[in-house]
Amino acid sequence: MTFSLFFQSLINGLNQGAIYALIALGYTMVYGIIRMINFAHGDFIMIGAYTLFYTIPMMIHAGMPAWISVFLAVVICAAVGVLVEVIAYKPVRRAGSMSALITALAMSLFLENLAMVLFGAKPHNVQKIFDLPSVNVLGVALPLNVILTIGIGVVMMAGLQIFIKSTKIGKAMRAVPQDRDASILAGINVNKVITMTFAIGSALAAVAALMYCAKYPRVTNDMGSMMGLKAFIAAVLGGIGVIPGAMLGGILVGLIEIYVKLFAPGWYEAITYAILIMILLVKPSGILGKNVGEKV
Amino acid sequence: MEKRFKVSYFLNFLGVLAVFFLFVLLFENNAFGRSTQYIKGISTTACYTIIMVASLNLVVGCMGEFSLGHAGFVSVGAYASAIVSNGLTGKGLPDIALFLVALLAGGIAAGLTGVLVGIPALRLRGDYLAIVTIAFAEIIRVLFCNLSITGGGKTMSGIIKLSNFYWSFWIMVVCITVMYMYVRSRFGRTVKAIREDYIAASASGINVTYYKVLTFTVAAFFAGIGGGVYAHYMTAMIPTNFNFMYSAELLSEVIIGGIGSITGSIIGAAFLSSLPEMMRQFSQYRMLAYSVVLVLVMIFKPGGIFGAWEFSLIRVCERLTGRKGGWEKNRKKTEGGV
Repeated sequence: MTFSLFFQSLINGLNQGAIYALIALGYTMVYGIIRMINFAHGDFIMIGAYTLFYTIPMMIHAGMPAWISVFLAVVICAAVGVLVEVIAYKPVRRAGSMSALITALAMSLFLENLAMVLFGAKPHNVQKIFDLPSVNVLGVALPLNVILTIGIGVVMMAGLQIFIKSTKIGKAMRAVPQDRDASILAGINVNKVITMTFAIGSALAAVAALMYCAKYPRVTNDMGSMMGLKAFIAAVLGGIGVIPGAMLGGILVGLIEIYVKLFAPGWYEAITYAILIMILLVKPSGILGKNVGEKV
Repeated sequence: MEKRFKVSYFLNFLGVLAVFFLFVLLFENNAFGRSTQYIKGISTTACYTIIMVASLNLVVGCMGEFSLGHAGFVSVGAYASAIVSNGLTGKGLPDIALFLVALLAGGIAAGLTGVLVGIPALRLRGDYLAIVTIAFAEIIRVLFCNLSITGGGKTMSGIIKLSNFYWSFWIMVVCITVMYMYVRSRFGRTVKAIREDYIAASASGINVTYYKVLTFTVAAFFAGIGGGVYAHYMTAMIPTNFNFMYSAELLSEVIIGGIGSITGSIIGAAFLSSLPEMMRQFSQYRMLAYSVVLVLVMIFKPGGIFGAWEFSLIRVCERLTGRKGGWEKNRKKTEGGV
């Protein structure tokens, strides 16, 4: 492998990994707080991408800069996330983990098929938001939007980390998974915190949609399910419920995927899943997770 | 064999026979006019869907674990049986023998895959097991997309059409009966004990892993048989048919029918697989409707429409004759109605 190919793949892997990391953050936050795999999370990306698809031409038509539609996508995704939580997840929260899992799966199917009915099953092409040239770094032509995407990812993750560590609601988000009853006693409105978690997770999914569309400008109704699954793998790999773990896992899965694709294009998905299985069997708590023993 | 068992088996056999002859009567007299062939096809679809859904119910209902990769086992069965039947055609075997051998091969291949997947996967429970089953199903799909024997990602066509409704019906009856007997047997009761409290079960000397893997294997075996019937009905297939969506579809049929109720699986699968065929123009709304029903079922009746309730012909007879006997307790699964 030449150095330029290696470097190119490294940048591609980081780009892919940043997307996975942002999605994985949404999974890990929700899982940390209510112990539920939010299968519908992948479909929030799809909603974000469709919002971009419809609003970018509108913005350009109205003479406004195209990046305003990103904010629209964030707002719409957050709204959908909160709606899904309030309408479907809240009523089954007490019914046990199996019901929650089934409901999440059903919501994912619902969003995917609703999108198919509304927008059709054909892929749509999203207009470019950033029209940036390439730069030459170490003899490799790097499109600037890839760099920008990685940059946005890093900024989002850092911002989230600051938000979680220092704001009041962020602290509440960390407190609820640790001890739900104690946090109620401390005056935390658990339902509000959960809704807030969904809003933030879905907003991150909208940003992930932006990054995805900058790289692959195609929107389909089922784009979210497999990407969501891989992001979930990333979250598990890093240690589910641990926010830095999601970032680490996302970047790792992205890099692994891109490098495996170089050598065995048909097999890269299988390799990603095989890694997940290995991780779950050897260290189910993930790379950064703590091992929690089971009480009898 | 006790008398009440004999009576029960006899009654149920009569019931299945009555349903079968009802279908024969309807189809042979062209009761639906020109669309008879079409309805026969839909009924065959319903037959193999029932086998797949009931086998998934063994894992979801009986074992209480969540498998989201059942389509993987179905595809193993489908491809294995198609390869076997392609290899054996023209060797002078009668069609029915060829079909049965192919199905058995499909079932055994899927069962072996079930052992291979089950031993590592069943160390996990709940959410993680669900994710691992998806992962295994996807690996199987990628494998079939890359192997030349399964068409290498292209459509595998030219499988001989061996599934007709009458054979599929009896295969389904046999499969359902065996699965029902498994649930009712010592093994089934053990697995249910593990479902209720695996720590207590293992403290009582039950080998938890063994029984879980066994149930998983049985479920995979029957999924493979269902896949075999599918392959010989469709005559062409592509690995992407057996994606995550297909697993999700099977799972929603199990849950809407009733978690742990084989009656629910039969009625749910038959109804849900034939309904969209009858209303083709609404077919794109099918999964939308499934998902809405699924959410509503979870909110209002978390056990599924039939819950754990089973239909019993003996109970119906008792109700009709007004007799209350001791047969209630050991009633046996009945109907294979489509």
